[in-house]
This record gives sequence, structure tokens and C-alpha cells, in this order.
Amino acid sequence: MIVAEQKPLEEIKELIADAERVLIVGCGTCVTVCFAGGAKEAAILGSTLRMATRLDGHGKAIDEVTVQRQCEWEYIDPLEARLDDYDLILSLGCGIGVQTLAERFPDKPVVPGLNTVFMGLPVEQGVWEERCQACGDCILGLTAGICPIARCSKQLLNGPCGGSQDGRCEVDESIPCAWQLIYERAKALGRLDKLLEIQPPKDWSKSRDGGPRRVVREDLRLTHRVAEVAGGER
Amino acid sequence: MMEDRSNGYKSGSNLERLIRAGHFVVTAELGPPKGWQREVIERKAKLLRGVVDAVNITDNQTAIVRMSSIAAGRILVELGLEPIIQMTCRDRNRLGIQSDLLGAAALGIRNVLCLTGDHQSFGNHPTAKNVHDLDSIQLVQMVARMRDEGIFQCGEAIKGGGPPFFIGAAANPFGDPFEFRPYRLAKKVAAGADFIQTQLVFDIPRFKEYMKRVVDMGLHEKVAILAGVGPLKSTGMARYMRDRVPGMRVADEYVERMKAAVAGIPKEDKAARREAWRAEGIRICVEQIHQLREIEGVAGIHIMAIEWEEAVPVIVKEAGLYPRPTVGEAVLKT
Ligand code: SF4
Ligand code: SF4
Repeated sequence: MIVAEQKPLEEIKELIADAERVLIVGCGTCVTVCFAGGAKEAAILGSTLRMATRLDGHGKAIDEVTVQRQCEWEYIDPLEARLDDYDLILSLGCGIGVQTLAERFPDKPVVPGLNTVFMGLPVEQGVWEERCQACGDCILGLTAGICPIARCSKQLLNGPCGGSQDGRCEVDESIPCAWQLIYERAKALGRLDKLLEIQPPKDWSKSRDGGPRRVVREDLRLTHRVAEVAGGER
Repeated sequence: MMEDRSNGYKSGSNLERLIRAGHFVVTAELGPPKGWQREVIERKAKLLRGVVDAVNITDNQTAIVRMSSIAAGRILVELGLEPIIQMTCRDRNRLGIQSDLLGAAALGIRNVLCLTGDHQSFGNHPTAKNVHDLDSIQLVQMVARMRDEGIFQCGEAIKGGGPPFFIGAAANPFGDPFEFRPYRLAKKVAAGADFIQTQLVFDIPRFKEYMKRVVDMGLHEKVAILAGVGPLKSTGMARYMRDRVPGMRVADEYVERMKAAVAGIPKEDKAARREAWRAEGIRICVEQIHQLREIEGVAGIHIMAIEWEEAVPVIVKEAGLYPRPTVGEAVLKT
């Protein structure tokens, strides 16, 4: 899932300062699960902002609505009917949700209420950890199912740096050293041989370094199917 | 450049020639200044000239911006000292590294030490973006292919042939997981490392255990291993290194000895304490060199006297490693 955190209230107040009527749009998927931007958080933020702007002497009209998924057209399209009543959308979706709204509603300013942090999981109640950086060329099969791209502070591919100690990363004691984890798991699985091979430099062109990415599945594209049904060329 | 490779040398560097001839080699570290004053390098170089076989020039060590290691290395070449330039994967991608290495070769630099690099969060630009396009093992392999096959990482030919580098890598025998460390060294050797410089050794029994595995694996026959040493400056420094530096082990014995060195000297007498500490630091370092020389597979010593280069000649002399031997040409052709 995508993990996000709410921005500091002061920053949110700055972002909405020019607007009189604000619609807070929550999202019912990832950010609900990480308690950052679901219906509950939207309601709390809404009443906080109503109170705060009133105390600042300039009360704003603030409403909330939460859609099931802010990153798909079909879930946000119904918002259009309401938007005339507002001069700004404060999105509590992840960065993708914010941009989906901005793209769909070109005339409406959209600002983010969250900082999107990473793709990961709740390792325990109240603690989330990063697991994947979407590098575009998954190597988990070589690293005992533990990702050094997302979880090693230096993205090393050939084993731990010199700063690994007692299972902790040199960067911070709160970070488990990914290579300690990889070593232990590979050892337990009897797959240490994999770690002895030299992994060549990674092809970063498949990651963000190659520019913004796009996935196209011709077999799923509607235009394609229509063409096929109509007997058009592939 | 071809003359550098005569007699089958890979680089013809002083360090390579001495290692090949079987001498116990001595290298030391020189930290470039946090500024552009050439005189700082000249002053430190003067202290090290003739005392060590080659001098490591750190590359933005601990992620603090300093004068470029290649530029400082060239100053050493001009002064008749042999540099080992350090190259980290933190600040440059494969394009930057290769282009800098070609420049280094053109400036007469013949030794390169390939490192991962300390994380930028330790340094003076913690908000920087790091690179880590390659890791240190991939870096060693890339430099070895540049040299031996005359190709860039992408496979294209380097015009005029590969740059003649003697290739070094670092090893930390004290990092975790301990059992994996000899294997990581084996990977560096397989990648093409010619010499290894280790993290500071302040836990000799642990180091012996590591070296035993290294020798059992036959790695010491394929690569020259230089054990890292450095003089302690105070009890605080010993404690800090023991408790706070990730991947470092310092036996309590050394902390105790540093403490005992100033016993009876009043706290106010700062100068006397400093003297006593530094004398004990050098004494410990010299003793360690003697102990390390006895360990099978140790081919030399790498002295890291951070911001205390004055200590290096004293240590080398007291350890009985002076004068330094010469093999073939005393000064590297440039
Ligand atoms: S290797 Fe790449 S795709 Fe696989 S988990 Fe890591 S970052 Fe994600
Ligand atoms: S300590 Fe471990 S996780 Fe941290 S940078 Fe080194 S290898 Fe990576």
C-alpha cells in the first residue's frame, strides 16, 4: 500500500489561505488504512480548520467528502457536480490522488494535505515501513525476498557496507540493515550461494531514472478491442 | 603509458612494485582541506614524503565536502609522492566516475581505492541526494575492465586503451554479519581488487579470526591485505569509536590504557594530558603494528592518523619500518 502522513496544520493553512470555500476530499483506500486521509481524518481536519480559521478571524466554509479511490476517474467523476460551490480542493489522497483530481478538474486549484512517503506495510499497529521503490526490474528472487533497493540506505546489490552492526544500519539505529536480513534469510533457506555471485550494475533505465514510466497492455485497451471486433488491423 | 606496464605490471605504481617484490608495505591517509589552499596539502605531504609507500587521499570523507581527491592527488604527484585516490559511489554515477578516472590517469595517478562511501546523513550536506548507481564491488569490476579490457562499463572501447590503475578496495572485518565478511572480501577479489585496506583494527583477536578464514579461503594469495591502524588521541576518542561508530569495534583494553595514561594528571593541565594521551596512542599503534605483522596474510599497514599526520613518521620509525624500500624506478613516470 501507499503510506502517507498528514502535513503540519500550519502548512495546510498556508496552502488554503487564498480560498474562502474549501472541499476536503478524502480517499477510502491506502490512506484510509494508514490513518492519514480517510473519511475520519477528513472530518477531523475539516472541523480543525473550521475552528482554526475562525479563531484566526477569517472563518472559511469547509466541507468534506471521501471517495472510495481517488486515483481512478470513475470514483472522482461524481464530484464534478459539487465543485461549483468551492474555490479550492484540499486532497487527502496520496500524490496520485491529488494529481488525478487536478487532471480531471482543470479549472479547480487542488492542494495536497498529505505527504506521500512510500510503498510499504504496517509492520505492527502504528508502525509502517518501506518495502518497494518500484525499480521496474524486481530482484527479490536474488535477495531472499528482501529488497535492498528500498531497504538498504545505499541500495547496495552485493552485500552489506562496512557500517552494518548488530543488525542495524549505519544511518540510524531504528533502521534494520537490509543486508543483515538478506543474509539471515538466505542462510536459513540454504541459499547463501546466491549472495556470493557478483551482481552487475543495475539497469536503472527501468526505474524513474529512465524518465516517467508508462505501462501499456494492448490486450486490455478498449480502442484495441473495438478495432479487433470490427476486424481492424492490429 | 605503455612503459608503466612493462615487466607485467598492471599500473607500474610504487605500491604495486613493492607488493609484487614481497615487501611489507606502508600507506597512510591524507585528508584534503575543507578549502582550496594547496599549501595544506604541501604541508601534510612533507610529513609523509619518504615515510610511506603511497598516500590515500580521501574522497569527501564522512560525507563532508573537501578538495577533490584527484586534484589533491595530482599535487602529491607533483611533489613526488604517490597518491591512492579514493573514489566513492555516493557522489557520482558511472559516467562521472569513469570520466574522473580517465582524468586521474592523465594526471599521473596510478592507484585508486574503490569505496561505497559513508552515508550523506553523517556529513555537512545531510539534505543531499545520494547516487549509488554502482556499489563498491561493481566499481572495482568496472575499473578492472577499463584497465584490462580497455572498455567502458557500457562495453564501448576506451580510445587509446585502458587506464593503468592498481585497484584497491576496503574491507571491514568488524562489520556484521561477521561470517559474511570474508565472502564479501572474496567478491571484491573476484571483481578484480589488487589490494585491500581494512577498517581500523582495535580488536586483534577478532581480526585474527577473520584473517584465518581469509587465509583458509586462499584470498591472501590473490590480494595484498593492508591492515588499518591509527593512533588514538584521547580516552574520549577511544570511547566514541567503541560506542558510537557503526561497524567499529574497540577492545576495552585500549580505552582503559588511554584512561590510565592520564591518571594523576590534573584535568586543568590540558597540555600535559594531551601529551600523555598522544604518547600512549602512538605506543599502542606501534605495538599493534608488531602484532599485525605476525598475522598470516597481512601484507602491509595502512595508517589513518586523521588530522594528525605528524604522528605518521613517528609511528613508521618506531615500528621499525623506516627507511622504506624501493623497487625499480623510485619516482613514477607521469
Ligand atoms: S527490487 Fe525493485 S520492484 Fe522489487 S521490491 Fe525492490 S524496488 Fe520493488
Ligand atoms: S548498514 Fe546495511 S542497510 Fe545500511 S547502508 Fe549499509 S548495508 Fe545498507
